[in-house]
Amino acid sequence: MTRIADTFTQLQARGEVGLIPFITAGDPDLETTFALVHEMARQGADIIELGVPFSDPMADGPTLQRAAERALQHGTSLSHVFELVRRLRQSLPIPILLFGYYNPIWRYGGERFAADARQAGVDGVLCVDLPPEEAEELKRETDRHDLDMIFLLAPTSSLDRAQKVLARARGFIYYVAVTGVTGVRAALPADLSAMVRRIRAISPVPVGVGFGISSAEHAVQVAGVADAAIVGSAISQVIEQSLGRPDLVPRVGALIAELKTALRSVATPHDTGTTIVSLRS
Amino acid sequence: MSKLPDKYGHFGLYGGRYVAETLMPALLELEEVYSQCRRDSTFKRELRALQREYIGRPTPLTFAARLTERLGGAKVYLKREDLCHTGAHKINNTIGQALLAKRMGKERLIAETGAGQHGVATATVAALLGFSCEVFMGREDTVRQAPNVFRMRLLGATLREVVSGSQTLKDAMNEALRDWITHVAHTFYVIGTVAGPHPYPMLVRDFQSVIGRETKKQIVQYEGRLPDYLIACVGGGSNAMGLFAPFLPETAVHMVAVEAGGLGAGRNAASMANGYAGVLHGSKTYVLQDETGQISATHSLAPGLDYPGVGPELSYWNDQQRIRCVTVQDAQAVEGMRLLAETEGIIPALESAHAVAHAATLVPQLPATAIVVINVSGRGDKDLQSVANFLGENAL
Repeated sequence: MTRIADTFTQLQARGEVGLIPFITAGDPDLETTFALVHEMARQGADIIELGVPFSDPMADGPTLQRAAERALQHGTSLSHVFELVRRLRQSLPIPILLFGYYNPIWRYGGERFAADARQAGVDGVLCVDLPPEEAEELKRETDRHDLDMIFLLAPTSSLDRAQKVLARARGFIYYVAVTGVTGVRAALPADLSAMVRRIRAISPVPVGVGFGISSAEHAVQVAGVADAAIVGSAISQVIEQSLGRPDLVPRVGALIAELKTALRSVATPHDTGTTIVSLRS
Repeated sequence: MSKLPDKYGHFGLYGGRYVAETLMPALLELEEVYSQCRRDSTFKRELRALQREYIGRPTPLTFAARLTERLGGAKVYLKREDLCHTGAHKINNTIGQALLAKRMGKERLIAETGAGQHGVATATVAALLGFSCEVFMGREDTVRQAPNVFRMRLLGATLREVVSGSQTLKDAMNEALRDWITHVAHTFYVIGTVAGPHPYPMLVRDFQSVIGRETKKQIVQYEGRLPDYLIACVGGGSNAMGLFAPFLPETAVHMVAVEAGGLGAGRNAASMANGYAGVLHGSKTYVLQDETGQISATHSLAPGLDYPGVGPELSYWNDQQRIRCVTVQDAQAVEGMRLLAETEGIIPALESAHAVAHAATLVPQLPATAIVVINVSGRGDKDLQSVANFLGENAL
């Protein structure tokens, strides 16, 4: 069993909903990322999602675009990210998931990527612009090195499409909460809970929900139906607002603690047992 | 030729659909609608009528007598896409895509633009067919192509200035994709070139192939045979694929793709000459990038060529050595513009001037019996200010 699957099993045993914070590696520098990951783990993060910066992040809103730009200003590359993970692994027990775009991985070489990722202590990889149709080549390599390749489902996915994606799922499925790019939002879509409930009912793996989860209230809303809440832009916003301040790391830690407390107040969802014929009501 | 791409949109190693899951259903739907439309006689009739009555097709194939004389080699013909309504070949594609959008019941068109020609062509068909329209354009391009910005506004389109990244075509495309991800339910993304995720490279090629089909008919009429060389500039590659596609099975016809050499090493936009296979904007193709896979900043005086990628099908034919790729630098392109203006009374777009500039070196090496066709993909009015700036005040 991979570390990610193991984490979800433990969460379920404890009756808890997971918290998966996302930060961009190298934003604002790799030393800070190192400190942030440890702090987030200390404050209750269950899985760390580490962004691999890319120059043309077409699924990201302005906040994460700026985070990637800051990381790229001093040339953060995949090799740096592996180096960082290797250092983190010396004392970090929780899973690390790399989140990014395909081109840096392709350029690095799929086989070399999977081998180096595994060796550094990475547990999974999510490529935003690599749908299952194009993922086979890389997935062969990640499977061989026992890395979980995480796939996305979106509000635009049909039941047919969802079944196709779920058939390839490992680790967990990442449900994109909003039709749109990453970023902080005032409210989540009204039909989010219903969609997640239906996907969870047919999913062989746990369901995490991300994109637009901006506050403790949002996290609670998601927690009632999903296995984990994924929070990215809201954290990057705190990082951005704290640039150059000595309390950058504790400020992010405080947000993680707040989110985790909110999630612990919600009971884990139960399987509905109903037959799903469509993802939309 | 029509065997490519395969059902996943692959041209050999290239092409495909590298997009966020949110867009996959929309791409699958577009593929389905397009495959119905390309067999539908009503759709084809509607498209042909608009090509004739609105774009003004067929465009002439003009024998360039004085240019031929000046260069002293092969006979030179010009395919006059500059005479299309709106002044460039871009409208061949936007008309086709707008008809698809209508079929799909979409209300809003979005587009990216570099030179502004595709933006103008999209704004034009939006006005013609009753869509709302927003065009994404890098801030640097809005400055160097100011006349086209005014045209788009006059046509009722909303201009979205893009300030991220290098503020050129690549960043405009990022922003357009982000908008599409957000408004995919009622918005149709009109991609301006043979790039992007499947089915775009295929359908843009098909809509632009009217250029090559006409050229084939016209040259046989004039010369009784096919040409020896076709020359077209390549940014994303839509005018090149449009001219080349119908000639691909004719193995005796040489095809030359002219990329933007910009200011030389490290400051150009020649993806096939200097790039590596990579994934950008939804397809696998030659991409200008660094050794860690970050996309490079590009430069070309011609905004329509100022792009770090190229259509996947061109990458494929380049690997197959079916097309040959060459580069022309900024200064040569400006010379090409001047050459065509002085010998033929035609001021080509800076993009098309790259093709003219290459012809100026190729044609003198060919025998007088050889025939060369240059695709004059657009007119140069939009570029007068940037050429004047480039040359300096005393240059003319």
